[in-house]
Amino acid sequence: MDVPLNYALALAAVLFVTGLAGVILRRNILIIFMSVELMLNAVNLQLLAFSRYFGNVNGQIFVFFVLVVAAAEAAVGLAIIVSLVRHYKDSLMADDFNLLKG
Amino acid sequence: MSDYLWIIPAAPCAAAIINGVLGKKIGKLTAALAIAAVGAAFLVALYVAFGVHLAGEKAAEPIDGAFYQWIVSGSFKVEAGYYIDPLTAVMLIVVTSVSLLVHIYSVGYLADDEGFWRFFCYLPLFTFAMLTLVLANNFLQLFLGWEGVGLCSYLLIGFWYNRKSATDAAMKAFIVNRVGDFGFTIGIILIWLNFGALGFTEVFPQADKIGVGLLTMITLLLFVGACGKSAQIPLYTWLPDAMEGPTPVSALIHAATMVTAGVYMVARMYPLFIHTPITLSVVAWVGGLTAIFAASIGLVQNDIKRILAYSTVSQLGYMFLALGVLVPISGIFHLFTHAFFKGCLFLCAGAVIHSVEHAFHHAEVHEDPQNIQNMGGLRRYLPWTAWTFLAACLAISGIFPFAGFWSKDEILTGAFNNGQFALYAIGLLTAGMTAFYMFREYFLVFEGEPRFDPHRVHPHESPWWMVGPLVILAFLSLVIGAIVGAPPEHGLFRGFLDPSFLHVLPEKEAEAVPLETLVLIGISLIAAFIGIWIAWMMYFRRAWSPQALAARLPRLYDLLFHKWYVDEFYDAAIVQPAVRFANFLWGFDAYVIDGIVNGLGYMTRGVGGGLRGLQTGVVGNYALGIVAGLVAILGSFLLKGLVTG
Repeated sequence: MDVPLNYALALAAVLFVTGLAGVILRRNILIIFMSVELMLNAVNLQLLAFSRYFGNVNGQIFVFFVLVVAAAEAAVGLAIIVSLVRHYKDSLMADDFNLLKG
Repeated sequence: MSDYLWIIPAAPCAAAIINGVLGKKIGKLTAALAIAAVGAAFLVALYVAFGVHLAGEKAAEPIDGAFYQWIVSGSFKVEAGYYIDPLTAVMLIVVTSVSLLVHIYSVGYLADDEGFWRFFCYLPLFTFAMLTLVLANNFLQLFLGWEGVGLCSYLLIGFWYNRKSATDAAMKAFIVNRVGDFGFTIGIILIWLNFGALGFTEVFPQADKIGVGLLTMITLLLFVGACGKSAQIPLYTWLPDAMEGPTPVSALIHAATMVTAGVYMVARMYPLFIHTPITLSVVAWVGGLTAIFAASIGLVQNDIKRILAYSTVSQLGYMFLALGVLVPISGIFHLFTHAFFKGCLFLCAGAVIHSVEHAFHHAEVHEDPQNIQNMGGLRRYLPWTAWTFLAACLAISGIFPFAGFWSKDEILTGAFNNGQFALYAIGLLTAGMTAFYMFREYFLVFEGEPRFDPHRVHPHESPWWMVGPLVILAFLSLVIGAIVGAPPEHGLFRGFLDPSFLHVLPEKEAEAVPLETLVLIGISLIAAFIGIWIAWMMYFRRAWSPQALAARLPRLYDLLFHKWYVDEFYDAAIVQPAVRFANFLWGFDAYVIDGIVNGLGYMTRGVGGGLRGLQTGVVGNYALGIVAGLVAILGSFLLKGLVTG
């Protein structure tokens, strides 16, 4: 049974907006980080849905790239967060890191 | 001969550089170095002059050569070179000999001065620049030396730079000379444009190839430069103020050498000037008027050095008068003798000031040590200075058979023989005035009763470092004229210098009548004796009261005493408007130009201040911005789709 394209797109949109809201509204760096991953996965879902709808495998290949990049990003990002918390300020709140304030 | 020529400029230059760099370390050794260098230049100059003398008639062809290529730019080629003819040789002798004596004298004069080494850096530097000027074989090198001596003059007038009057005088000398040099520069540029060359040997033969009008303009512009450097009307005002410098400087630069550069330049350019009768008469009249004008001021001044300064201006006027009435050899002869007796007078004045200043200082008398009204009777204290001063006075007054007699008389005779009777009369009157003010100074300084307290003030004769040069110069003032000037018209000097002007001056048609010459000599001698006699009656016998005379002619006395108010006139007519204009420009700069520049700065800062609020440092805000941008872009696509769709 085929899931209609619209359903997949709607789910992707909901996931994306959830992630976006998380990035904008939440203060905890880890949550923001997870929200970013959520947004990436929403996009992945969309790519897959279109790939299947159009019968074009390019979309799926693209998803693999996104996953690889996301994994690398997660590794680097988490490392940065860990070292930030250890060496700079014992906090996970994004608002506490405002060195670039003009 | 030209093998050794490079020593003449190189030795003083090397001394100046070494003294300038190491002077502070080697102290008094600077003097030895400078004297040795100038002495070497003097010996080579003698050698050169001897060589020129041996060449005789052949010296009409100058030895023109190059030390090296100076500037090569397309067709514009200038070399640093030399141009040896009798005129150059005479100038080399004058410059190096007086410079050498002044160097020696300065050892004594500046013995206690903390700027000793600085002085012995500037003085060889000046000598170098002057010799560069004299040796030049092209206009640009001449100009280089010309500016070089101007610079050294500036440095030396302002030698005591912590005195406001000295730095003011230095500035004045520099700026007034700038006016003259402006004309001089334009003259040189016109020469380059019209002759396509700057070398003397290339330009002079082509003198008649261009129009007389243009040539007149060129020579007039060159003469403007000469007016500045040689302190002629209307640019003479800097010279009396230049007396703020140390007295050896006044003797060397502002009496014997630098101020004669203008005379030398006109004589050197005679192949150009001879084609322009208008310029020649301008030269003659400017010279004549300056001579009598400056002499009239000199009559009533009280500063021992300023009298001599006005006398210098006056005597330089004589030289230009000679150049203008077609007797350039006499003009150069007067330059030659003047260098010795005026140098001697200045050095004597320096010796007087030196000892009087010390004596006043010692006795705690707070009088002006340069005012001759505070002196008198100094012959008892300073016998050597007095006798040498008297010798130089006799020479400058033109008393037979001393140096000034021969040269001044040649000029007056020349003016008379060339039909310039008005100029002759002016020259004659000036000769009388010269004799008067020189002997007025002599009597007031050295004779009569002291006008200071002789029990408290005890002036002493100067050290031998200073008296030696005085004696040499006084001796030369007495005899040099008779040695090289006699008999008139056929003397050694004339024979020596003749080749320089051989192809330039028109042929003499008739020889001067001996009887007429004798009468003219008698008249000028009488004029000189009348001047001396009046000075004698007024300031030695005290038979006539100068104060009563001044009271009888208050207007005239006031005019002369205030130097015809020329300085005040220049101040009102030129200096003050220039200052006002400068103030206006300063305001424009401060408010308009700076306003624009600062306004730009303020604007950038304001905009930045407004925008800095955007950078909160909170990541969430940035993310919001990104989202807002995304929404805006997508929204615009959507709208576009709706509109076109």
